[in-house]
Amino acid sequence: MLKRMSYSSFPEDVLEHVFSFVQSDKDRNAISLVCKSWFEIERWCRRRIFVGNCYAVSPRMVIRRFPDVRSVELKGKPHFADFNLVPEGWGGHVYPWIYAMATGYPCLEEIRLKRMVVTDETLELIAKSFKNFKVLVLSSCEGFSTHGLAAIAANCRNLRELDLRESEVEDLSGNWLSHFPDTCTSLVALNIACVGSEVSFSALERLVGRSPCLRTLRLNRAVPLDKLANLLRRAPQLTELGTGAYSSDLRPEALSNLAGAFSGCKELKGMSGFWDVVPAYLPAIYPVCSGLTSLNLSYASIQSPDLIKLVSQCQNLQRLWVLDYIEDSGLEALAASCKDLQELRVFPSEPFGVEPNVSLTEQGLVCVSEGCPKLESVLYFCRRFSNDALVTIARNRPNMTRFRLCIIEPRTPDYLTHQPLDTGFGAIVENCKYLRRLSLSGLLTDLVFEYIGTYAKKLEMLSVAFAGESDLGLHHVLSGCEGLRKLEIRDCPFGDKALLANAAKLETMRSLWMSSCLVSLEACKLLGQKMPRLNVEVIDERGPLDSRPKSFPVEKLYIYRSVAGPRFDMPGFVWNMDEDSALRLS
Amino acid sequence: MSAPLEHDYIGLGLAEASSMEIASEKLSSTSSSSSTLSTEQNSSSNNNNNNSNNGNKALLDFKETELRLGLPGSKSPERKPTNNGVSVPLFGKDIENSSSKGYSLSPLKNIVSGAKRGFSDAIDGSSGNWGLSMNGKSEADLCKGAVLYSPRGGGLDEKNKIIKETSVLPQSPKAAQEKKKNQLPASNEPNSAPAAKAQVVGWPPIRSFRKNTMASNLAKNNDDDGAEGKSGSGCLYVKVSMDGAPYLRKLDLKTCSNYMELSSSLEKMFSCFTIGQCDSNGLPGRDGLSESRLKDLLHSSEYVLTYEDKDNDWMLVGDVPWGMFAGSCRRLRIMKGSEAIGLGMYHFFSFSLERFWRKTLLWSNKDK
Repeated sequence: MLKRMSYSSFPEDVLEHVFSFVQSDKDRNAISLVCKSWFEIERWCRRRIFVGNCYAVSPRMVIRRFPDVRSVELKGKPHFADFNLVPEGWGGHVYPWIYAMATGYPCLEEIRLKRMVVTDETLELIAKSFKNFKVLVLSSCEGFSTHGLAAIAANCRNLRELDLRESEVEDLSGNWLSHFPDTCTSLVALNIACVGSEVSFSALERLVGRSPCLRTLRLNRAVPLDKLANLLRRAPQLTELGTGAYSSDLRPEALSNLAGAFSGCKELKGMSGFWDVVPAYLPAIYPVCSGLTSLNLSYASIQSPDLIKLVSQCQNLQRLWVLDYIEDSGLEALAASCKDLQELRVFPSEPFGVEPNVSLTEQGLVCVSEGCPKLESVLYFCRRFSNDALVTIARNRPNMTRFRLCIIEPRTPDYLTHQPLDTGFGAIVENCKYLRRLSLSGLLTDLVFEYIGTYAKKLEMLSVAFAGESDLGLHHVLSGCEGLRKLEIRDCPFGDKALLANAAKLETMRSLWMSSCLVSLEACKLLGQKMPRLNVEVIDERGPLDSRPKSFPVEKLYIYRSVAGPRFDMPGFVWNMDEDSALRLS
Repeated sequence: MSAPLEHDYIGLGLAEASSMEIASEKLSSTSSSSSTLSTEQNSSSNNNNNNSNNGNKALLDFKETELRLGLPGSKSPERKPTNNGVSVPLFGKDIENSSSKGYSLSPLKNIVSGAKRGFSDAIDGSSGNWGLSMNGKSEADLCKGAVLYSPRGGGLDEKNKIIKETSVLPQSPKAAQEKKKNQLPASNEPNSAPAAKAQVVGWPPIRSFRKNTMASNLAKNNDDDGAEGKSGSGCLYVKVSMDGAPYLRKLDLKTCSNYMELSSSLEKMFSCFTIGQCDSNGLPGRDGLSESRLKDLLHSSEYVLTYEDKDNDWMLVGDVPWGMFAGSCRRLRIMKGSEAIGLGMYHFFSFSLERFWRKTLLWSNKDK
């Protein structure tokens, strides 16, 4: 490692030691701006990097600046890819990064990816390139199969974490788990909940049995309930458990056996899974309820009475994810029992149903906002709302930091007054001064955006759908929200003017997504040409761009800042609007 | 490909040259967006921020350049005629006479961009009744079929303007006809034309993993009646691969109701492949469709559509009634004809790349 003599009187070693206590990226970045010698020292001792948009910078640039990194986190596709708005083949390939890091970071230990395309070839390259590889987290990734997993299992001798949360894995064989060698005893976390096929259960049992440090185990649906007790007995030190299918033929001894196994898990803090729940088996987890801080029942089709019985015992609950089967009555019980609740997510059980199938309304959320003083993060799907309810929630919970409301039918007005929900959301942004994330729904005019632009100064991420009336709406947001990093918009009548007038703002943000809006191709080209540090990408599956007039709106638009220039892996339906591309197009 | 029919209905009131100049001047003259509009913002914040306030409008020249959409031949009286002489305020609300109180939007609350809403709902202002037998289209189908307006006669007053999003999923002529007549009450009958409401892609915003899990939950609960479950899972994405293509596509089978629609969806999807693609790792493809290869494909081979069913067998598409197919299809593969010989050729659904995806459909049981 090169050591430069610096004119400062502080020896480098001391500075480096001090810097090692500073872990946050923001602070590290600030340190590096103090002076050239600090920049140098800092870059040599940075061990962890986070790249929020894998196309914002090239792997080579990263490796050049930070030569000795041990942990990398990358994000690929835009958030709306979760909802099938980003066509397959769009990009987000991680292979070029892994290829570069295979030589650049031989000591790499941790890779965390979100919404990226990961192939088996990539996994194999990881498995053979990094001798000390420890942590692999693939969140909402796709493109790989169980063969790739087998390569990781077989070759990563010191693997601590293999976490496949919500990724799409092609099931070619359940055997991959057996590829963990008997010498592998270092596992701390294993999450295979998204793997469809059955894994070899005996291999799983043995793996769990020889992993004394295992703290997180999330099984997939294929692991039957009657095997759970055995697993728990081998891993009583677990703190996080995801069950497999939670159903079985009802046998009384099976129930007490399971309850006994759970009682042995004295450190269990979080639970998830619960597919295909048979309510009669729920009492098995009662022994651990009082210790639970996190409970994910969002795949569990259990009705309100059983849910109430369950949550009433979880007085220390901080996070609850649940289906709308919980109903207003269940949320009332939640508000009464769980005073430490910080995060609530209520998902719809039948989002495409024509009629509401459960009695879940705005009242449930209002109740929780009243009863749970620490509530700060909400995701709530329901079918009706009112301005009054939103105002009440806002006044109850000025500490709200993440608020995502999804009224299932687009453009639904206040069900009491038939007015737009501008006032309600306005109250949210005005009262909740620390709001970082907001998703809107319901009937909304430009007024709500004016409120957002005026009050939501700490807002970092905004999601908008079927809202607004004119470019003024978009303009309010872009010109008012100082901390805005990510903006995603679909089906809103926002067009060229607001975008072009606020072009410079886009360089201060990570990305902007607009689909089914009214931005013309011409405006995109103009933006792409005038702003060299932005990648303005038009996604349009209708054919070559020049087959339509330039004033015609593009299907989808994804704009992000980048120091790497246009990317090389754009598929046929994605065009970059910079100077050269524009020449090619016209 | 001919220009989509939507063009005929769009009165893009963009005074293009002038608005672009204004915008670009702003861009080049300032370095920060806030300074561009600082003075204007002050004045705008002083005003009651009301859309009817012309001060706001003038600032960004909205009035002049507001995008307008409308019926061919219709003219909104306050508007200057645009180039093609049609203009209609967006969302049925004139900017001038709109006000924050003027929310005669109740007729409009039911309009969902991209959803196959009863157009007649807009006119009548009727509320509720979402149960239209719509078939969604895949996004790839955008160019096909124009958005249609079949006004129910009578003058359209100012409140009931036609709304159209230029980039919404267009509706087929058939669908528009159905919309006019067909307002199904919300029903629980799964068998009469799918009672699910019109589907919008990606809405409500629920991840695929969750959707698929819930779908199979529902299917289990309903005990396999009618293959698709009572209220429908909303969408059914299957992977579609094509021999020689560098990456897969995904298709929502629920957007098709018969083999014809499937064929056109697939055409749309794969006609987007162009020369010089990247391989599955995003690296400039050696295996991509090179120019000469594309020509080969265009001139020679027939492709055959096959699918993998629940039992992991590969079958030719078209042999069974649509419903049965949709219920058992796990994924699709567009195979080279030569490879499909083993699957039997007498009933096949195939299409070639010649003449821009001419279809050749032969199937034994054409679905209703």
